[in-house]
Amino acid sequence: MQLAKVVGSVVATVKDSALKSRKLLVIQPIAPSGAPSGAALVAIDGVGVGPGEQVMFVKGREAAFAFLPDQVLADASIVGKVDSISGAFASKPSTTPLKKHK
Amino acid sequence: MIIGRVAGSVVATEKHYKLEGRKLLLVQPLTLEGVDRGELLLAVDGVDAGEGDRVLVVQEGRSASMVSGRLESPLDCAVVAVVDRVDLG
Repeated sequence: MQLAKVVGSVVATVKDSALKSRKLLVIQPIAPSGAPSGAALVAIDGVGVGPGEQVMFVKGREAAFAFLPDQVLADASIVGKVDSISGAFASKPSTTPLKKHK
Repeated sequence: MIIGRVAGSVVATEKHYKLEGRKLLLVQPLTLEGVDRGELLLAVDGVDAGEGDRVLVVQEGRSASMVSGRLESPLDCAVVAVVDRVDLG
């Protein structure tokens, strides 16, 4: 699992039936400092989160488990809304800058 | 499995129901020499590990679900042991 920030959403009218009425969000993986870490991706919202919020997400086969017993087409799902992060972390430079969204 | 160091923790009140009551840890992967490597992982805690502990981390969903005690949880990473020592030949 990883931390991320919700930076946008995707609207798609024509989609597979296994994606019907699922909220698609654009998330930017982040380090605990909030700095972007890696490329942004699209994840399905399994919790009910909004723009700007820090979340945790799971990638891979387990992403689809978030919606069981519904069969949802997902390789990345948001499974938690982050309230706080604690710990001592070394600051790391981001590898991919966060792109501006219109 | 990999060896890592517990670098911190995350509190998330609102989360998937299969993750309820589970502690979430940020784990820094380590080389065998104990040097930080790569990105932090967000893992569910199966052994009550604390910050600074050296731990064994499994990065596979079915095993992570076994740790949480709820099969088919949306999890892909779990702390499964606190490492006492590593002996290299």
